[in-house]
Amino acid sequence: MTSKTTALPPGSFFDQQGKYKGILGWLTSTDHKRIGIMYLMCILVFFLVGVTLGGIMKLELLRPGAQYMDAQTYNGMFTVHGIIMIFMVVIPGLSAVFGNFFLPIMIGAKDVAFPRLNLFSWYLFLLGSTIAVLSQFGGNGPDTGWTFYAPYAINSKTNVSTAVLAAFVLGFSSILTGLNFIVTVHRMRAKGMTWFKMPLFPWSLYATAWIQVLATPIVGITLLMVIAERTLRIGFFDPSLGGDPILYQHLFWIYSHPAVYIMILPAMGAVTEIIPTFCQRKVFGYQAIVLSSLAIAGVGYLVWGHHMFTSGMSDFSRMAFSFLTFIVAIPSAIKVFNWIATMYKGSILIKTPFLYTISFIFQFMIGGLTGLTLGALATDIHVHDTYYVVAHFHYIVFGGMGFAFFAAIHYWFPKMFGRMYDEKLGTVAWAIVFSGFTLLYFPMFILGLRGMPRRYFDYLPEYSSGHFISSIGAFVLIIGIILMVYNLVKAARTGELAPANPWNGRTLEWKVASPPPLENFDHDVEVTEHPYDYE
Amino acid sequence: MQHGKTHITSYRTHGIILVLLLFLTTITITVTWLDVGRLSVGVAMFVACIKASLVLLYFMHLKFDELIFKIFAGMVILLLAIVFVITFFDYLFR
Ligand code: HEM
Ligand SMILES: [Cu+2]
Repeated sequence: MTSKTTALPPGSFFDQQGKYKGILGWLTSTDHKRIGIMYLMCILVFFLVGVTLGGIMKLELLRPGAQYMDAQTYNGMFTVHGIIMIFMVVIPGLSAVFGNFFLPIMIGAKDVAFPRLNLFSWYLFLLGSTIAVLSQFGGNGPDTGWTFYAPYAINSKTNVSTAVLAAFVLGFSSILTGLNFIVTVHRMRAKGMTWFKMPLFPWSLYATAWIQVLATPIVGITLLMVIAERTLRIGFFDPSLGGDPILYQHLFWIYSHPAVYIMILPAMGAVTEIIPTFCQRKVFGYQAIVLSSLAIAGVGYLVWGHHMFTSGMSDFSRMAFSFLTFIVAIPSAIKVFNWIATMYKGSILIKTPFLYTISFIFQFMIGGLTGLTLGALATDIHVHDTYYVVAHFHYIVFGGMGFAFFAAIHYWFPKMFGRMYDEKLGTVAWAIVFSGFTLLYFPMFILGLRGMPRRYFDYLPEYSSGHFISSIGAFVLIIGIILMVYNLVKAARTGELAPANPWNGRTLEWKVASPPPLENFDHDVEVTEHPYDYE
Repeated sequence: MQHGKTHITSYRTHGIILVLLLFLTTITITVTWLDVGRLSVGVAMFVACIKASLVLLYFMHLKFDELIFKIFAGMVILLLAIVFVITFFDYLFR
């Protein structure tokens, strides 16, 4: 092994390219790997901002009574927290970062199908994020929650229109990335890379891309309707203008439920790459995994009404949506069985990426099974809009998608940056993050069952102990996250040089240098074997 | 990449489609004047569907494209139809 600050070997994509140097060289680069890293930087910053806001909220909730802020400030906080985390972190999340970086490499291509469009998507992402930040200044930050429910969003005096515009622009970025990936998968696969020889992460990106393209326009139009209603007083959603508030909820969730699959499918895909590598075993049930991804994408499109059980929808709809919601649990469970069966009798290497992966499975199962409580009509009436829902979706979005992101960043870090992170520090950070997470969110299930409503800045004394434990958990979690980020940032600058294939993986990205050369492969790729032929 | 044959639509065809679209627009407007009650929404939707199909088929060249694109477009329309049907489970039975 080389000493600590050896320079990266020449010839990688980090080297000078194009006519601009330094930062401009990055900002004008259409290389999918550079774009992936630029997304990573932005998303990391937004994530830390979102975490900070969450931490401040938990500080307020540490003790009953108002300590640091009033109700209005708190309303603003959970709104920005939600907008940042959903639209700027988890929706782009894995597909924009690892999808951009690894999709072309894993299917043996030089780049995505439309490299310039790809860079344009990144700029749109940046523009949308900037608008979201601006919505906080000049007047009051929006206070509607990330769901912008009518009629309140129509009448709130805060900067709702700006925030809605931000979500609209971010949606565009997402659509263009999806389009790019669909065309890339159809047209850019290397010779011999047939559909069923494609690794499973690209498969999950492909399923996700379809949802991005098909569902996002709906929320786009809906958000424009909100702006039109606010400015021109056209009565779409506000009953006092002749509109229908439940129509808003339909339109919003027709996108926003599929959006949870935009988040979780690539996360499942990443985990499906990590498990075979760290168990050195052929993935169990390749085709079942592919088909369940497609089934999740398909059926997941039709369950949006489970967010509206208590809003006054027709009884028939409620039953239909409840039924469909239970159906989606099946392909999700198939995946869990596949992961476990892949591990069975494998020679498992327990390192940081694998630790995050198994905690992903654990937390995703808790999140998914509590989702069934919410999907059953009778129980949902009891727990709707309580902390039970907050716990549920944090277990899915953070415990699932977030942990899969952490697993993926540790797994692919050597490939992306050409250096190794400190394994011991990584493990310690994982232990803190995992304990903090459990301490923070598990008590919320109990609080919710006992009736603590969501989106409140204060609570009755009987909920104090639950909130207290949960707040302590938040602080532990934040310490763990800081440690993890510190470890990675340090490794990117001074870590030991990484070999081309540190984990003995089989997919194509492990067959090129770390970090990969500019156009990924020096010669034309021809694929003959299955991606997970370990034995 | 090898592309399929390219097809060039004549100005004449484009012109005819344009006139048709304008004609259909006048139908939509006329119907709002005739008081046909609940039917007016139905007529408007029906006309809009025809217009959208014309644009897809001729202006966006779907008519001359490979089968796979037609299948994709068809699936999207099917999905849209399903979403409409499911939404109306609420409106019709509320
Ligand atoms: C896959 C990732 C998932 C994410 C990111 C996610 C996210 C969310 C979010 C953010 C909410 C809160 C909505 C609100 O503001 O009121 C929610 C509620 C809900 N989720 Fe999930 N969810 C996921 C998976 C699931 C699964 C697998 C199920 C069931 C099988 C499910 C069932 C529900 C139901 C029924 C509600 C409505 C609860 C209520 O409003 O009372 N979710 N979810
Ligand atoms: Cu949902």
